[in-house]
Amino acid sequence: MNIHRVRCAAIVLAGLWMSPLCAADRFITLASTTSTEQSGLFRHLLPVFEKKTGIQVRVVALGTGQALDMARRGDADVVFVHDQPAEEKFVAEGFGLARREVMYNDFVLVGPKADPAKTTGRAIVAALKKVKDAQSPFASRADKSGTHAAEVRYWSMAGIDIGKDKGAWYRETGSGMGATLNTASAMNAYVLTDRGTWLSFKNRGDLVVLVEGDEKLFNQYGVMLVNPAKHPHLKKDLGQAFIDWILSPEGQSAITSYKIGGEQLFFPNAKR
Amino acid sequence: MQLLGGGDVRLASIVWLSVQVSAAAVLIASLIGLPAGALLSIGRFPGRRGLIVAVNACMGLPPVVVGLTVYLLLSRAGPLGEWGLLFTPAAMTIAQSVLVTPIIIALTRQAVDDAWQEYAEQLRSLRVSTPQAALTVLWDLRFSLLTALMAGFGRATAEVGAVMIVGGNIDGVTRVMTTAIALETSKGDLPLALALGAVLIALVLLLNVSAYAINEFARKRYG
Amino acid sequence: MAEPLLALESLCWSAGGRTVIDRVTTALAAGPRTVILGPNGAGKSVLMRLAHGLLAPTAGAVRWAAGTPPPQAMVFQRPVMLRRTALANIEYALAAAGVPVRERQARALEAMTRVGMGSAAARMARILSVGEQQRLALARAWALRPAVLFLDEPTASLDPGAARWVETVIDAIHAGGTKIVMSTHNLAQARRLADEVLFIARGRLVEHTPAERFFRAPSTAEAQAFIQGESV
Repeated sequence: MNIHRVRCAAIVLAGLWMSPLCAADRFITLASTTSTEQSGLFRHLLPVFEKKTGIQVRVVALGTGQALDMARRGDADVVFVHDQPAEEKFVAEGFGLARREVMYNDFVLVGPKADPAKTTGRAIVAALKKVKDAQSPFASRADKSGTHAAEVRYWSMAGIDIGKDKGAWYRETGSGMGATLNTASAMNAYVLTDRGTWLSFKNRGDLVVLVEGDEKLFNQYGVMLVNPAKHPHLKKDLGQAFIDWILSPEGQSAITSYKIGGEQLFFPNAKR
Repeated sequence: MQLLGGGDVRLASIVWLSVQVSAAAVLIASLIGLPAGALLSIGRFPGRRGLIVAVNACMGLPPVVVGLTVYLLLSRAGPLGEWGLLFTPAAMTIAQSVLVTPIIIALTRQAVDDAWQEYAEQLRSLRVSTPQAALTVLWDLRFSLLTALMAGFGRATAEVGAVMIVGGNIDGVTRVMTTAIALETSKGDLPLALALGAVLIALVLLLNVSAYAINEFARKRYG
Repeated sequence: MAEPLLALESLCWSAGGRTVIDRVTTALAAGPRTVILGPNGAGKSVLMRLAHGLLAPTAGAVRWAAGTPPPQAMVFQRPVMLRRTALANIEYALAAAGVPVRERQARALEAMTRVGMGSAAARMARILSVGEQQRLALARAWALRPAVLFLDEPTASLDPGAARWVETVIDAIHAGGTKIVMSTHNLAQARRLADEVLFIARGRLVEHTPAERFFRAPSTAEAQAFIQGESV
C-alpha cells in the first residue's frame, strides 16, 4: 500500500542522513579553556597537527574547572588548562596522568581609561586592593576557571576574603572570558583577563590595559592525559600523540608563531 | 555581507550543519508526534486531559534544561555513555527532538480536533478502523501539518542552550549557527555575530514563506 | 408484512439527561422505500444513526434479520470528501470495505458514470459544487453495493435542480435492490419518494404507515397537523 512504501523510504533516508552525523573518525576530545579557544590559538595550531598525524582534535571550550569535571566523567581524552593547583589535585586523585607544562602567558588587569581607582602600574595585589577601597565596578568570571582561580588568589594575597567581602561593586558573571569582557566593557568595569583573549577581543569599549608585568601575573598552561584506568574507552594513544606533539619542538614553535597584530600571545616553555 | 564573504566555506558548512541537525530533529519529532497527536485527539482514555495539559506545558521546556538532562544521559558517566554520542551532531539532534516533539504533538492534536468533527461520522459509516481513520485524517491535513513542522523547525534552529551543552560548539564538528553567534559575541566580534544572525533569520523566513506558499497552492488545488 | 430486514426493539437514546429517542419499536422490510418524517428536533437523525450503528442505544436493541449487520452505507446532509480526486474517494471506500485492488478503479468509475459524473473522475473532490459532491457521495455509497442505504436529509443543502438529480439517483439505487431509509422534513419530497412513512415526533414513533394512506388519511392528530403545516 502506498503509505507503507512512503514510510519505508523515509526510514531508509533518515538512516542515511544520520550516518554522517554519527561517523567516527580518528579523533580525540580535548577539554580546554575559553581563553585558548577564543584567542584563536587552536584554530592556528590544530590544522598543523591534523595534517601531520591525521588525528582530528575536537575542542570543547569550557572554564578550567568545568574542563576538569568533564574529564573526571570520562568525556574528554586530554585536558589543556591553566590552574596548577587544580591540575595537581586532578592527577593526585588519579584522574590524570603526568602533568606537563606547555606554554605560558600573563594576566593583565584591564579597566576604564579614566582609571577611577588609580590602579595603573605593575603591582596587581595593590591594584586590586585599590579597586575594593574605591568600590569601583569589577567583573569576575566566578566560574571555577583558571583565570578566576588566579583572581581569587590575588584577592587573598591582598588580605581580602572576596567570598565574604564582596559588595555591589563586585559583579559575578559566571561566564567565559569573552562574555565577561563584554559585560565589563558595557559596565565600564575592571576585569582580570589573560592577554591572549584580550588581544583578540574586539569589543573593548573604553577599556585599556592598566596593570601588567607583575611576576605574580604569570599564567602557566599545563596538559594532561586523562587516565584510561578510570574510563577504558578513552583514546590513550591518540591523546598521547597530541601531547607528544605539542611538547615537541615543532609544536612549541607553532605556539610561538601565533601572533595577533605582530604580538605573540603564548610563550612555549615545555621542559625536556 | 563582506564579513560573511570572508569565511565563506566555513559559514556554508555551519549553516548546512544547522539545517541537518534541526531537520533530523523535526523528522524524529514528526514520526513520534504526528501519530501521538492524532491519538491524543481521537482517543478516549483515563488521564487524557492531564496528558494534553502536560504536552502543552512541555512546549515551553527551557532548552538549556533539556540540554543539561541529555548531557547527563549521554555523558560517559551516565546511563547511555556507551553509545559515545556526546559532542556529536547526533546528540544535538536528540536534544532538539525533545524540544520539538511536544510542539508537533500539540499542533497536530489541535488540527485533528478540528478536522475530526468533520470526518468522524463519515469514516465510521465506511467502517474504517480508528487507527486507519487517524492516518487518513493526518494525510488529509498534510498541508496544515507542514506548517506545524515549520514551527518545530523554527524552534530547533533558534535555540542555543541545548546544542551548546550537548554539542560543545566544537569547531568544524558541532558548531551551528546559534553557537557560532554566541562564540563571536563572546569574542566581542559583534558585527560578525549580527551578520550570522541575519543569515539565520533569512533562512527561517525563507522556509516559512515556502510553507505559506505551499499551503496557498494546496488550498486552491485540493480544496 | 414480508420478512423483516431490521427490527427496532424498544430503542432508547438519551444524552445530557434528555431523552432523545423514546422506546421506538417497529420493523422494516427489505423492499419498500422508507421515509422518516417529522418536525425539526424530532429525533430523525439520531434514529438513523442508531439503526446504522453510529450510535449505541442507551436501552433497547437494533436487530438485523441476518444476525450480523449487512453491508450498509450512509449519505449525510453535508457530503464529506477527502483531499483527493473524486475517483480516489470512492476507491478509498472500496478499500475500507475490503474490495481487492484490481477491482477498485473499475467499480468506482462505474458508480460515477451511473450518477452522471463519469467525466469528473480526475477532479479534486473538495472543489466540486455541493450538488456534485452529494452525487459523488451517492456514487461512493452505491459502489459499495449496500443492502441498506441510509440518507439523512440528503437534499437539505442543495438547490432544487441538484435535489432532483439526487432523487433520481436514489430511485436508481432502489431499483438495483438496495433498501432505502431516508429522513426528510420536506413533505413534497416525501410524497415523491416514500413507499412507507415512519412519523417521529418528540422522540416517539407516532405512526408507521404505508405512504399512500399516510398522506391521504393519517391516523393521528399529530401527523395530521404536520401534514397541514401546523407546528407539532
